Amino acid sequence: MVQLMEYMLLATFFLYLIAAVAFVMGTRGSKEDDKTERMQKWQKIGVGITIAGALLHLGFIILRVLIGGHFPTSNMFEFTAFLCFASVIAFIVIYFLYRSAVLGAFVMPIVVVLLGYAAAFPRDIQPLIPALKSHWLYIHVTTAALGQGAFMVAFVAGFIYLIQRFGQNAKGKQAFWLETIMVLIVMFIGFSGVSLLFEATGYQSVYKHEVDGQLTEQEYELPPIVAPNGGIPEEITPFWGLKEALFEAPAWMIGQKAALTLNSVIWAIITGAILYVMLRLLIRKRMTQLVHPMTKKIDLELLDEITYRAIAIGFPLFTLGALIFAMIWAHEAWGRFWGWDPKETWALITWLFYSAYLHLRLSRGWIGTKSAWLAVGGFVIILINLIVVNLIIAGLHSYA
Amino acid sequence: METGYRQFWEGYVLIENTKCACGHNNPVGTILCEYCGKPLDEAIKNSEQTIENEMRYEGKARRSQTYTTSLFDKTWAFFSSVKVAIVLIVITLIASGIGTIFPQETFVPSSNPEGYYEDEYGLLGKWFYLIGFSDMYNSWWYILLLSMIGVSLVVCSLDRVIPLYKALNNQKVIKNTEFIKRQRISHVEKIVETEKEHKRTALIESLQQKRYNVSVEDDAILAEKGRISRWGPYINHIGLILFLFGVFLRFVPGWYLSETMWLQEEEVKKIPELPYYVKNERSLVEMYEPHELPPGSENQTNFVKEYQTDVTLYQKDDTTGKLTELKKGQILINHPFEYEDLLLYQSDLKAGQLSGLELAVIDKENEQEVGSFSVDLYDIKANQVYHANGLNVKVKSYFPDFELQGNQPITKSQKPNRPAFVIEVTDPKTKRQEVSWVISGMDFENPQDNQYNIQLKDFKLVNTAGLIVRVDRSLSVMLVGGIVSMIGLVMGFYWQHRRVWVRVTNNQIVIGGHTNKNWYSLRRDIQSVAETAGLKIKLVKE
Ligand code: HEM
Repeated sequence: MVQLMEYMLLATFFLYLIAAVAFVMGTRGSKEDDKTERMQKWQKIGVGITIAGALLHLGFIILRVLIGGHFPTSNMFEFTAFLCFASVIAFIVIYFLYRSAVLGAFVMPIVVVLLGYAAAFPRDIQPLIPALKSHWLYIHVTTAALGQGAFMVAFVAGFIYLIQRFGQNAKGKQAFWLETIMVLIVMFIGFSGVSLLFEATGYQSVYKHEVDGQLTEQEYELPPIVAPNGGIPEEITPFWGLKEALFEAPAWMIGQKAALTLNSVIWAIITGAILYVMLRLLIRKRMTQLVHPMTKKIDLELLDEITYRAIAIGFPLFTLGALIFAMIWAHEAWGRFWGWDPKETWALITWLFYSAYLHLRLSRGWIGTKSAWLAVGGFVIILINLIVVNLIIAGLHSYA
Repeated sequence: METGYRQFWEGYVLIENTKCACGHNNPVGTILCEYCGKPLDEAIKNSEQTIENEMRYEGKARRSQTYTTSLFDKTWAFFSSVKVAIVLIVITLIASGIGTIFPQETFVPSSNPEGYYEDEYGLLGKWFYLIGFSDMYNSWWYILLLSMIGVSLVVCSLDRVIPLYKALNNQKVIKNTEFIKRQRISHVEKIVETEKEHKRTALIESLQQKRYNVSVEDDAILAEKGRISRWGPYINHIGLILFLFGVFLRFVPGWYLSETMWLQEEEVKKIPELPYYVKNERSLVEMYEPHELPPGSENQTNFVKEYQTDVTLYQKDDTTGKLTELKKGQILINHPFEYEDLLLYQSDLKAGQLSGLELAVIDKENEQEVGSFSVDLYDIKANQVYHANGLNVKVKSYFPDFELQGNQPITKSQKPNRPAFVIEVTDPKTKRQEVSWVISGMDFENPQDNQYNIQLKDFKLVNTAGLIVRVDRSLSVMLVGGIVSMIGLVMGFYWQHRRVWVRVTNNQIVIGGHTNKNWYSLRRDIQSVAETAGLKIKLVKE
């Protein structure tokens, strides 16, 4: 069963990957005459495989519920994988509203990257701690994730908009920031790749350090460059002559897994930078310039509308999931519907941000470029909530 | 009453009004004629631009725009501005973010926050505390921000929704061609008279096919759908106002209570601020059995499955002082104990704390136990006498948390971490008395000539539950607010208000459209409708 589940996840991953390739093909007509027909064929293949992937992903979720006895949104891997699922669902909905292959050509690769990122975290099923035993928890997390999935599609649509307008430039502020986003995506890839590589070799090192007066073990799945604050090496597998971490995490990083996160970030930066430099040597231009031709065939106004529509679809879901259901759950679990826990506060910040976006768009006429950047910014806030708040700032929600 | 009301909301003054060419008298401040839609405002009349922005409130006069002289008018105008709302939202957003840089005071494990922030986070932490960010969400200015958002929500919505409601409820089918041509989407095409009827029916039919409500009058067509979308934001705002109102209701005495208390097993305590007593029947911690663990983590140990406390709630009779039972029940995480407005939650559970000792009196001579007695470490009165098989035992001094300071025995706290006693044993028959020390974890040398030794025989452990006592009577108000807000959001976002106006005259067709959002989709609609009528119109790229 567990083995079957892993295979299903792997198959889902490859289906998403193939769908991504098909969509990319769907944006590249070569000869003028057979262009539309050929493109439409690829586009159809793309959606078909995306739907197949989503179904398989659903199968994976169901199987995991059967094995683990609870809905899989209770640790970093489970939640991130579910966020991928939500993004794919949101994409399918938006696709059938606007039938844009270009959108798929960007959404699906990013989903693949995100799923790879999810898989880099420990994937074994954990028993539930009492605080997480509540139906409201699953309702809250899944609804919020569906909203975030729609926001992710909005982010991608905004990103395509910006690439079409500024991506061909080799200079300028807008082009610079777009390329920065590309670099960040490459870092995600680098991190996932290196994590899966080390996982395949069975790498592990252990540090011990004190958390709340208790000696706790921190298991490293990547060679430790940074040790926990006051950490004692327990069992270190040397890597390239590196027998001990180079430095310790600063004391103000109080998350339980702060050092592990920092270590991952450093690995992401290193591998991302190496990958990026190699890519640049290979393609001899900016990544935005590389993908720019793919975006040329889509109407800018359509992209602007997709961004807005996706946010419009996501906002009610996010409000319901991340605020209302969250409050109901918090009320049951802790006796207060709102506690200003960092995770809660960041959900509120996300919500306020998107509501500012909506008001700016509606009454200040912030459409086009400004709107697209806001959609990108909103998703960055979601990632901050997922990564930084979860792992570096300690709170009730911090995933084990 | 009636005129005062109309003056307030519409700026409706009977003498000063704006007359349109169509003969309709409009209230002061009207931008587009209420009747035919023709632009009235000089600046708009003479420009070439579309009237997209004016269409948002159907060109109606709004109070905030019409009256701007008195202090009230100015305040009204201030709070009715969406720009101000956005600024308030953004300030709240940034402040909330700053508040999460370091933990808030409620999460800090220290009773001296001032020192804690400086020790833990250095200079930044010190300023975080001094500025008041460490308890930000309860600070007066944060609450003021929320109140201002509340006021803004009320004013802003009233300023717009009433004129909008009137305008949409009194729509005319026939609109001035100027009005149609100046829409963001519009198209004018010459036709010959013979085509007229055919094109008109084709337009009507295909609009109906796209599920528009179509009205026809003379040469004009009005097609409309999704009007409820326009009410969405206002219903959402009403929900938000209700929610904020619920939050502020908590400041009303008696509406909100939040207290914590520790309750040992078997203990009965009064609930703070309320006329109830609660007894802890038992508290327990349940662990996962190995076979209950999901595959892959069987080898890990110590996974807590459940924390549980069983309680009984009592009320005290004022005259007799007797406790009458009200309700028995259990508290689990995620499942509080409920009695009317009162909620009891379990926030902590301390397992296995020392609560009682059984001490044996040993005759030194033959090492035989003479008798034994039990003491409840939380309930020892001065000079209390226990009986151990005919001997009288008196606890003369009790040190729950014993320590020697210099040569003086002291107690560090009232918690029985290391209980110690001075015990006097009396034999009622011989009247012989002797005094000895009993100190846990230590073999104290008592006087040589003592006849008895006192030894630990057994101990009793109890669990202690940390309870949160809560009354929150405005929860239902907030819940209703949330539901209303959601209904509004769904109405506003999952519908779009689209309208298409057409005038078909003998020699031309004028067609124009408006939507409150998603213009591309409306364009696609109009394009496909126009194509069925054979109009040469190009609104969307393929
Ligand atoms: C933080 C709380 C708020 C939230 C979540 C919120 C939410 C919304 C939403 C979702 C819309 C619809 C946007 C769209 O259709 O694209 C909207 C519209 C609007 N909001 Fe808010 N709002 C908030 C606060 C305020 C405040 C304080 C004001 C008052 C100044 C305000 C005034 C408006 C106005 C005037 C509209 C446009 C209505 C229209 O023209 O159709 N909002 N709001």
